[in-house]
Amino acid sequence: MPSMEHVAHPQQRAFNPYTENGGTILAIAGADFTVIAGDTRQSEGYSIQTRYAPKVFRLTDRAVLAVNGFAADGNMFVKKVKQRLEWYRHAHAKDMPLRAIARLIQTMLYAQRFFPYYVYNILGGIEDDGTGAVYSFDPVGSYEREACRAAGAAQSLVQPFLDNQIYFKNQQAAPGQTHPSHLPLPDVLSIVIDSFTSATERHIEVGDGLEMYIVLAKGRNTQGMESLHGVQELSSKLDGERVFVVRRELKKD
Amino acid sequence: MNSFATRFDSHHHDDDQSDAAWGSQAGFGNLGDGSHAFNVPAVPDPTAFLRLHTDDHADPNCRIKIQHGTTTLAFRFQGGVIVAVDSRATAGSYVASGTVKKVIEINPYLLGTMAGGAADCQYWETYLGIQCRLHELRNRERISVAAASKYLSNLVYSYKGMGLSMGTMICGWDKTGPAVFYVDSDGTRLKGDMFSVGSGSTFAYGVLDQGYRWDLTDEEAQELGRRSIYAAGHRDAFSGNTCNLYHVKEDGWKFIGNYDISKMHYEGPGDVPGAPGGGYGYDVRTKGRFSVLETEVVA
Repeated sequence: MPSMEHVAHPQQRAFNPYTENGGTILAIAGADFTVIAGDTRQSEGYSIQTRYAPKVFRLTDRAVLAVNGFAADGNMFVKKVKQRLEWYRHAHAKDMPLRAIARLIQTMLYAQRFFPYYVYNILGGIEDDGTGAVYSFDPVGSYEREACRAAGAAQSLVQPFLDNQIYFKNQQAAPGQTHPSHLPLPDVLSIVIDSFTSATERHIEVGDGLEMYIVLAKGRNTQGMESLHGVQELSSKLDGERVFVVRRELKKD
Repeated sequence: MNSFATRFDSHHHDDDQSDAAWGSQAGFGNLGDGSHAFNVPAVPDPTAFLRLHTDDHADPNCRIKIQHGTTTLAFRFQGGVIVAVDSRATAGSYVASGTVKKVIEINPYLLGTMAGGAADCQYWETYLGIQCRLHELRNRERISVAAASKYLSNLVYSYKGMGLSMGTMICGWDKTGPAVFYVDSDGTRLKGDMFSVGSGSTFAYGVLDQGYRWDLTDEEAQELGRRSIYAAGHRDAFSGNTCNLYHVKEDGWKFIGNYDISKMHYEGPGDVPGAPGGGYGYDVRTKGRFSVLETEVVA
């Protein structure tokens, strides 16, 4: 009689290369500016891995990319996008236009169609015509230009708020008046900060810190940013589009 | 590794970036040598791997949500082709977007519709646009709708079993007149006068079949397209938000308009030719069926 130890039991194995690292990202386009923001908490399950892991990255003076989902995939993806943009700079002696970066991101994501990057991307910046633009992507590269978009853990909390405050969904204009198609910069910044403080209150994976990138169109002055403290400029030149970053604390519990 | 995967595997390259990725070919530069470099996971069954992580029908907890749920329709009539679609994208029960462009403008004479995987449709129909342009340059003649749709169906057929998901209608006008072809990721390719694809297609077909005639006027046909998408948006939870309407004629396609589906229910599509005036759904159900407060009694 063979002992039970020698009987092979059926075993199931699965290749599981993905995890979810929480956090939320958000971008809003104005008439001549774009704000791209993300929180800085990185978690796995109920554990906080770090309170400062950036999810928003400056690509060029007019393009900023926010990534959310699986942090390792996100960081690798940003690295590869930056590399392609550097090659473009060497070949053409100029920065890649925003709409071209959007298409590049589509093809780079779709190249991984059968082994996807588990990353939701939001690209924000200034278009060649000087308008603010937001492009949002799914993990395998379908994309669309929009005026605003939230993604990540608190997407379902933040996006309805944005629909109401940016698109004026379910709001009636005052008699004889219409809703504005673009909001001024101070209003947008307030909405972004409120979105993240509220998401921090109601979502356990959101919090610790907030990084807001502001991209201004060429020739636009810094009007609307005077009251902000701790603004840091990241632009490589002053006569083109300009990029700024603002950091804020969020609750850490 | 299975035989499908081997064909699309890029591991034999030194790097997943070809030389063509340099310089101006940036976007589709990876297609420069005519072959695609898709990265495939190094597991015995890559297809099962992909399904495990992306198929939210089989497993709602899977991590990578691919957007689903749609109503699209296209029909041929005396005045050309009408293409109408909704604009909702859902991930599970969450409405991921209400502003999706499900009509893909391949070139000024060709339209493609999007149902199934959004990225699959967007990417391959853009790619089809490149191939159609190359056909024009090589043959000094526009590609026929039949040839364009066959190019796409042969392409997706070569990926059969790899997990692509698309249900699309290739619509246009060529030497033979208006044409509509249905192409899907199973490899099906059908020529026909009328198709509707997606979770709301049964509702759209109901309205479409009831109102369709070959000799519809342009205005009547556009109204039928709008009204059909409205019906699907109203009855199918996975369809809705807005309707995008296109009309293909001899000189190419024209975007007719974007119509809010809730607005069509209560107020109708607005002042557009072909519309009967008034809402499609509210008045017909409620007229004379609610009590009115007698103002005299209050006074």
